[in-house]
Amino acid sequence: MFDASFIGKEYDSFAMEIEKGRLRLFAKAIGETDPIYLDEKAARVAGYRSLPAPPTFPFTIAMEANQPFLVLEDLGIDKTRSVHGDQSFAFRGEICAGDVISGRQKIVDMYEKKGGALLFIVTETRLTNQRDEPVCDLRTTIVVRNG
Amino acid sequence: MSKPIGFAEIEVGDAIRDLTKPVITPLQLALFAAASADHNPIHVDEQAAKGGGLPGVIAHGMLTMAFLGQLLTRWVPQRQIRHLSARFSAMAFPGDVITCRGVVTAKRVEGGESLVDLDLSAINQNGQQTLVGQATVALP
Repeated sequence: MFDASFIGKEYDSFAMEIEKGRLRLFAKAIGETDPIYLDEKAARVAGYRSLPAPPTFPFTIAMEANQPFLVLEDLGIDKTRSVHGDQSFAFRGEICAGDVISGRQKIVDMYEKKGGALLFIVTETRLTNQRDEPVCDLRTTIVVRNG
Repeated sequence: MSKPIGFAEIEVGDAIRDLTKPVITPLQLALFAAASADHNPIHVDEQAAKGGGLPGVIAHGMLTMAFLGQLLTRWVPQRQIRHLSARFSAMAFPGDVITCRGVVTAKRVEGGESLVDLDLSAINQNGQQTLVGQATVALP
């Protein structure tokens, strides 16, 4: 499972069209009640082009393209043995409904702890919009329990 | 609209208003699995979770992190958030009630922006921390 040769590996680029319905479902799932995340008119009054994606939605853009699981499949790891360890977002621009967001995932680190009982896989994904403007940089750590 | 929060009136050590979320339900995890595209069965299928060595289905770490996002967007408009990070320190389960807290740890000016750094945490009904995080927010 631990294979340092994967460090530096970049995956194929992916893209997701951000749909209003999907953002409303996400807002509902997290129990959001602020109308700017649910009602396009309220979003426009608040100065957004359309419904804005909530702060943690960019991770879903990577998930939609199966990015974290691609790494696990690549390494032959059963996903039920993996948990999300760390997540960070650096926000560079707004993501709103109607945008097409692209990204590319790279494995930037991989290491073991507790004598190999835990494997840590760190990836970075830079997201840009249809105008090639940066919107969000993601850094994700997945922890795998061995044995 | 309430008056925007200004940099000058914030001090290191200030706590922002807590956010206590309604109890996490299996339905919420099913909705979040679909909405977030995280279809890992450990969040919706009891047998799969136990097969993976877990005590039962667990909440998505990203659901609790979304709650931290809400803590911030209830404080300032989202476009003022510059950075948000979290470490998932303990699992959350259906039945848990999560409270999110934030405390200002620093004030600084960088790149012409007035920024405040915050320590964030998500705590369950037993006082156990499920998530520890940091954020940076720009204030006028």
